[in-house]
Amino acid sequence: MTTTAVNRTSAPTPVALTKKDFTSDQEVRWCPGCGDYVILATVQGFLPELGIARENVVFVSGIGCSSRFPYYVQTYGMHSIHGRAPAIATGLVTANPDLTVFVATGDGDALSIGGNHLIHAMRRNVNLTILLFNNQIYGLTKGQYSPTSRLGQVTKSSPYGSVDTPFNPISLALGAEATFVARAMESDRAELTAILKAAATHRGTALIEIYQNCPIFNDGAFDAIKDRSQQQARLVRLRADEPVRVGVEDSRQVLVRRPDGSLEFVAEAEADPAAYVIHDPYAADASQAFALSRLDSAEMTHVPMGIFRQVSRPAYDDVVRAQVDGAVESAGGAASDADLAELLRGRDTWTVG
Amino acid sequence: MSSKSVHDLDRVVIRFAGDSGDGMQLTGDRFTSDTATLGNDLSTLPNFPAEIRAPQGTLPGVSSFQLHFADHDVLTPGDAPDVLVAMNPAALKANVGDLRRGGIIIANADDFTTRNLAKVGYALNPLTDGSLESYHVHAVPLTATTVEALAEFTGLTRKAKERAKNMFALGLLSWMYNRPTAATQDFLKAKFAKAPEILAANLKALAAGVNYGETTEDFASSYAVGPAPMPAGTYRNITGNTALALGLVAAAHRSGLPLVLGSYPITPASDILHTLSGLKRYGVTTMQAEDEIAGIGMALGASFGGALGVTTTSGPGLALKSETIGLAVSLELPLVIVDVQRGGPSTGLPTKTEQADLLQAMFGRNGESPAAVIAPQTPNDCFAAAVEAVEMATAYRTPVLVLTDGYLANGSEPWLVPAVEDLPRIEPNFATEPNGVDKAGEPAFLPYLRDPDTLARPWAVPGTPGLEHRIGGIEKADVTGEISYEPANHDTMVRLRQAKVDGIAVPDVEVDDPSGAARVLVLGWGSTYGPIAAAVRRVRRAGYAVARTHLRHLNPFPANLGAVLGAYDRVIVPEMNLGQLALLLRARYLVDVRSHTAVRGLPFTTAELAEVLTAAVEELG
Repeated sequence: MTTTAVNRTSAPTPVALTKKDFTSDQEVRWCPGCGDYVILATVQGFLPELGIARENVVFVSGIGCSSRFPYYVQTYGMHSIHGRAPAIATGLVTANPDLTVFVATGDGDALSIGGNHLIHAMRRNVNLTILLFNNQIYGLTKGQYSPTSRLGQVTKSSPYGSVDTPFNPISLALGAEATFVARAMESDRAELTAILKAAATHRGTALIEIYQNCPIFNDGAFDAIKDRSQQQARLVRLRADEPVRVGVEDSRQVLVRRPDGSLEFVAEAEADPAAYVIHDPYAADASQAFALSRLDSAEMTHVPMGIFRQVSRPAYDDVVRAQVDGAVESAGGAASDADLAELLRGRDTWTVG
Repeated sequence: MSSKSVHDLDRVVIRFAGDSGDGMQLTGDRFTSDTATLGNDLSTLPNFPAEIRAPQGTLPGVSSFQLHFADHDVLTPGDAPDVLVAMNPAALKANVGDLRRGGIIIANADDFTTRNLAKVGYALNPLTDGSLESYHVHAVPLTATTVEALAEFTGLTRKAKERAKNMFALGLLSWMYNRPTAATQDFLKAKFAKAPEILAANLKALAAGVNYGETTEDFASSYAVGPAPMPAGTYRNITGNTALALGLVAAAHRSGLPLVLGSYPITPASDILHTLSGLKRYGVTTMQAEDEIAGIGMALGASFGGALGVTTTSGPGLALKSETIGLAVSLELPLVIVDVQRGGPSTGLPTKTEQADLLQAMFGRNGESPAAVIAPQTPNDCFAAAVEAVEMATAYRTPVLVLTDGYLANGSEPWLVPAVEDLPRIEPNFATEPNGVDKAGEPAFLPYLRDPDTLARPWAVPGTPGLEHRIGGIEKADVTGEISYEPANHDTMVRLRQAKVDGIAVPDVEVDDPSGAARVLVLGWGSTYGPIAAAVRRVRRAGYAVARTHLRHLNPFPANLGAVLGAYDRVIVPEMNLGQLALLLRARYLVDVRSHTAVRGLPFTTAELAEVLTAAVEELG
C-alpha cells in the first residue's frame, strides 16, 4: 500500500528479544496437561529467532481452545469468530504489508465451520502462517466429534460412533493448492521449531498441522506415535531429497514405487534403490506429496511428519498490492485533490450558470 | 434543423421496454445522458428481470427503463409514462397498463408476428385490432428499417444488423424530443473502437432513426423540453451505486486511509464492487471474497490493520455478515457496511427494490449489538451518505450500515459535482503512544480507555511499537480490554457500547411545513424521499396543508425527532416494507404513527401517496 497513513518504524527492531518478550501477562487458561501449553512455549521460544519486531507480529484466531492463543503472546492479536480467522487475516495482511501474520486455529475451527476460508486462503496463497492444532475433538464445547475424529469414534455427540469420514488436513491442503504444507507433533519441540522457521519465512500460505493431545476429551489420541517403543516403527520423518524411511536398524523399511504407481514400504535390505521414493517437497507437481499424505491411516501404522510441500508461487497480497501500486505509479503517484476532482466529474459533464 | 413543428412540453416520461436482449437498459441510459447534457432535471427507473436472458419474447423476459425529464425539479421517475417504446408484444402487454390515456406507443411492428403474439396470449394484433385506440400508436417496422438502412454493411450478418435496432429507436426518440446525439456517438466510438464495422453500423442506425422521424409522415411533430433551473455548477448524471463508490473513494482520500473493499458479488450491489475494482489508481484495494462472510472479514481485518475497511452487499448477504458485524461492534473498529436492499425474504426479488432490511440492520445480531445506520434518499445522495458513513465509523470506531436500495442503486439523476476541498477532512487519530499505566505503574496501552466526549476507543494499528494488545469478541474489561466475565463489567460494557452509538452526533431533522398550518406530517426514510416530496407538492397544490420530513439517520435518531412527531395530530409513515420504521417510532416515542406500506418491488407512485395524504388531511377535518 502506498498511502498507508500509519506512523511506525518498518525496520526490524535491532534489539535481541527473548521468549519472555513474547509472553503476555495474561493467565493461561488451558486445562492442565493440554498440548497447547507446549505449542505456546515452542512458539514463544521461536519468535525471537525470527528477528522481527514484536509490533510487526500479529496472531489472529477463531474460536476454540487453540484460538485463545493470541491472548498469551505479547504481540498484536485478534481473537475473532468461529472459522473466520483466515479471511480476517487476509484483509489484515493485504492492507498492512509490514506485518507477519499467524493464524491459530483448530480442527473444528479451520476444517468445519471455517473450511471455506481455509481452502481459499491456501489457493490464493496469502502471506499467512496457519497453525492448525489438531486434537481430533471439539474441546471447548466439551467433547463432540470433529472433522478429523476417527470414523466410529465415540464422543458425546456420537454415542454410537461417528459416521463422518474424517478429513486428512494434509491432503486437503495439497488439494487446495497450498504452497507450504507440513505436519508436526506438539511433543517434538525441535522439529516443530524447525518447521515454524521454514513456514514463517515462506512467501504465501504455510499450513502446519500440529498433532495436539486433548487430555480431557480425547486423551491418548496420538499415543501410538508418541510412545517411544512404537514411534520408530510408525513415524515417517520426511527429509528433502532423501528416501522415505521408517523404523530403525534391522526393521528399517523404505518407501518404493511399485510398477502400478502405488507406494509401499518394503524392507530396506530387499528394496531396489531405483524404486525408492525420494522426497521432493520442492516439486512443482504435488502428486507425490499427496501420495505421501495418503500413507495416513486410522490405525496410525505410518504417519508422515515434516514438510510435505514447499514451493514458490506469487503470494496473493503481494500481487494485490502490486496491482494497486502499479496503477498508482503509472498514473504519476498518489492521487491528488485534482485527480479526485477529475474522477468525481467523470467523462460526461455539463455546466449550469 | 427539423422542418416539422416543435411543441414545447414542461415534462415527459418515456419508458423503453423490450426483451432482455434488446438493449433497452443501454438505450435508456444513452437517452438519459443526452437529456442530462441538455440541462433537464431527470430521474430514472431501470426495471429488469433477474434472469440474464429469460425466454425470448415472454413476459418474464421484459426489461424496461423509465426516464422522467423536465424543465423543472424532478423528484421521481414518474408514475405513468407519456411514451412507451415497445420492442415486442410482451413489452407492450407488460407495460401498456401503466401508460396514461392519450399517450404515445412506438411499437416495433416487425416483432408483432402471430407466433410472438401467441406467446403472450394476444389472439389478435393489438396494433391493428383497435384495442389501443385511446393511445397514439406508431407501428414502426424497426427491425426491417434498421436492416435496410444497413444494407451496405455486407460483412455483417442479418442478426448483427438487427441488433442495432435499439440505436434506430434511440435515434427516432432523439428526434422526437430534440435531443442531441453527439454524446451517444462518442460513446459508441469508445465502445466499438475495436470493431469498426459494428461501430459504423450503429452510428448509421442511430442516424437512420433520426432521419426516419424527420421524413416519415407518421410523425407530424417533435417536442422540446427546456432546461430546468438548477444551481450553478458542473453537473453529471449519476446512479446511486456509482455515487456510493465515489463517496467511499472521496472519503478515503480525505482521511488519508487506504480504502479496502471485501465483497462478494450480489445483485443489486455488484456495480459498487465493479466500480471500485477499476479505481486502483486511487489507492483502492478490492478483494472479491469466497463468500459474504469472508468479504466482511477481509474488511474488518483491513480496518484492524489501519485501513478503511468496507463491505458491500444486499439483504441475503447482510444476513451472512451478521456475526462479523457483531464482532466489529465488540472490537470497536471502523467499518462501513453497505446494504443495497432488494425484495426479500431469502432470494426474494433480486432486481427489485424494497426497504425491508431496516430491522435487520438495526437488530439482526446476537446480543446487544448497536451499530449506526444511515439511509441516503436519492441516487446522488449516496455520495454524501458514503462520506458521512466513513466519517462516523472513523470518529466513533464503530460499524456503520448504509441502507440504499435497488431503486437508488440503479436509478440516476443529475448531480452537482462537489469541490474536493468542500468535502470534510476525516482524521483517523491513530494511537501512537501509551495512554496509561499498567498495574506496575509502567506506561501501557489501554485499548478500551475511551474518549470522554465520543466514547470512542483508541485505534492502535499493528506495527506501532509499544502498543501491542489483543482484542476479541469475548467480553473485555472496561479500559484494559482484558478478558472479563465479571457480571458488573459486562453490564458496564454493554451500556457503554450502546451509549457510544446513541451519542453519535447527527443533525436534527428539518420539517418542511411552509404554511405552518399542517396537522398531518408525512415522514419517510431512504429512497421514498422523491415520491413523498412529489406527492406533498401535488397535495399542497390542491390546497391541502401537509408537513414533510425525511429521516436520513436511523440509528441514532435525530434528537428532535420525538418533539417533531409530537407536534402533529397525525403522522403518516410510508415505507416499502410492512411498517418497520413505524414499529421503531412507536416503540421509541409512543406516538401512534400511521403506516402506509407497499412491497411491490417498485417505488411508490406520486398518485398513490397523494391520495393517502389527502385522505389523512380530510379525515382530520
